[in-house]
Amino acid sequence: MTKPVLETSATDPDGMLASDGPDPKRHGDPVFRGFATGAGILILAILAAVAAFLLFQGAPALIADPATLTEQGYGPFWAWVLPFVFGTLWAAILALVIAVPIAIGIALFISHYAPRRLAQPLGYVIDLLAAVPSVVFGLWGGLALAPAVVPLYTWLNTNLGWIPLFSGAVSGTGRTILTAAIVLATMVLPIITSLCREVFLQAPRLHEEAALALGATRWEMIKLAVFPYARPGIIAAIMLGLGRALGETMAVSMVLSGSANITFQVLTSNNPNTIAAVIAQGFPEAFGLKTNELIAAGLVLFVITLAVNMVARWIVSRRAAYSGAN
Amino acid sequence: MKTKLITAVALVAASSLALAGCATNEGSTTGGGLSGTLTGKGASSQKAAQEKWVADFQTANTGVTVNYSPDGSGAGREAFTAGAAAFAGSDRALKTDEMGAGKFAGCAADSNALDLPVYVSPIAVIYNVEGVKDLTLSPQALAGIFAGTITKWNDPAITATNPDAKLPAAAINPVHRADDSGTTENFTDTMNVLAPSVWTWEADGLWPDGLKGEAATGTSGVVQAVTTGTNMIGYADASQAGELGMAKLLVNGTAQSPTAEAAAAIVDNSPLESGRDANDLAVALDRKAEGAYPAVLLSYAIVCQTYKDSATANLVKSYVGYMASAEGQAAAAEAAGSAPLSASMQAKVKAAIDSVK
Repeated sequence: MTKPVLETSATDPDGMLASDGPDPKRHGDPVFRGFATGAGILILAILAAVAAFLLFQGAPALIADPATLTEQGYGPFWAWVLPFVFGTLWAAILALVIAVPIAIGIALFISHYAPRRLAQPLGYVIDLLAAVPSVVFGLWGGLALAPAVVPLYTWLNTNLGWIPLFSGAVSGTGRTILTAAIVLATMVLPIITSLCREVFLQAPRLHEEAALALGATRWEMIKLAVFPYARPGIIAAIMLGLGRALGETMAVSMVLSGSANITFQVLTSNNPNTIAAVIAQGFPEAFGLKTNELIAAGLVLFVITLAVNMVARWIVSRRAAYSGAN
Repeated sequence: MKTKLITAVALVAASSLALAGCATNEGSTTGGGLSGTLTGKGASSQKAAQEKWVADFQTANTGVTVNYSPDGSGAGREAFTAGAAAFAGSDRALKTDEMGAGKFAGCAADSNALDLPVYVSPIAVIYNVEGVKDLTLSPQALAGIFAGTITKWNDPAITATNPDAKLPAAAINPVHRADDSGTTENFTDTMNVLAPSVWTWEADGLWPDGLKGEAATGTSGVVQAVTTGTNMIGYADASQAGELGMAKLLVNGTAQSPTAEAAAAIVDNSPLESGRDANDLAVALDRKAEGAYPAVLLSYAIVCQTYKDSATANLVKSYVGYMASAEGQAAAAEAAGSAPLSASMQAKVKAAIDSVK
């Protein structure tokens, strides 16, 4: 950033800028540069430190003999962690299936349909939702939502039980993976909504007016001018939401009746637990190899979240060319 | 302006009161003449009791600081063995292959460890079935319900012991702990001992994989699930059961309630484990004992026979001695809802503590 300034000063015929020696006012530049670089390096160092911690502490579980793990830990590592990997992904996917259409709907309403007087307060409320701690969502999900949805689940099971998703014996408490997914959806909703709203608002005004001028209805205008432009933004928002849903601990641990099994049924008491909830539930009493196994499970979660983010970046970069953003 | 002044006055008054409170605490005589810091670690089941014991003990001995971290039984045994904690709280005694002179870093080279029972808590079978006020279960029915072989409330195995109860033809929703816990370990052990043909799993702090049933985190989670759900049954520390119905268990033809007396009786009526050093009070719990409630969590304090450091030994003797005393047991019963040890067991623990050097 400093180079253009130096070049101009070098070509300055009067030497007004160059001959004065170090200008006391310019100290800010290297200081700020150093600070910014340091911050950038720091975040990389923290990430590396976390990864190293997970690797070193988890390694004993990864290299230990399966027989030893059966005796002193939770059992052979990969067989033990697999249901929880499934549960983590399954709960997050269900949450996104619920949250994404609603989030895009709210964002569109705020950006293109609502009168300005309504749009702004609504935007604030959505942002406020993001500030609610997850333990509050957990309490609400476990104490209020779960008992309330039991009749709905019973109805789904009796009438739509032929769909494998809704089959099985209905839970008596409503603490199923569907309830957990609804709570997770509520938690990721504000993230996806506010990002989508920002992207929709940035859709080029000229494109929108051109579409309307060609006789498009408002919905056709959104389809033609807003969505193509916003697609990478929407995907990035979904991936950020997915990241939050994957890592959420407290709410899931308080709402979900989870155990170690792999099932697609969403209304029963037997749900796959998530990695984050397993770590939270197991850690207080864990010792020795059990601690190592839990930390290794944390490493698996770390890798999954990294992979999700990398896929998201790849999708965004691939689509950027067609988005109309350039 | 006026309100500000009043607030300021109130603040000053409050803070001076608080300071005065501190001063009275610190000013009192250092009772017992003990001083120093005592570190304990272990079972979270003892948490509420330990908090009460620590508070009472520190009030009586103002020079002493006791730290008990409820990190779990396993962590406690590990820390004690490594010498990081002066005593451990554990939901089971040390196994004989974990014992041995010289194995404990905090103890003298020729010293073994001692297991002292200090905390007894009955585990209640809690249920929430509309219209059912009284429930008696045979061990086979109990194990069948949690193993998933008995699935309806009006199953003959349940109606046989409850001829008068209006049991619905509804599905049973059993709740178990999702986390690793001493409560689960003792509850599964009870079913394994009393109904081995139905409950074929060995005692474990983690619920067996693959069984049907609802999982909830912590005692409070189980109680909450049973309270809010329909046709529920679960297990939790009796002190935490609240308004929920507690089932009686049929042992030797008698229906036993999870009372403090029936829970303490099992510790008295069970033999000590054989092959242990004198004063090692590891109890071989006999869950079929006469007149006793079978589902009981028995938690120990694990200490050295001889400590490397005599100051630590004095602190341990004094603190663990208080835990096992009549006052200590009564305090725990009040704070944590535990079952006080009987007088004869208190005397045995006292004799064991007196032998600690």
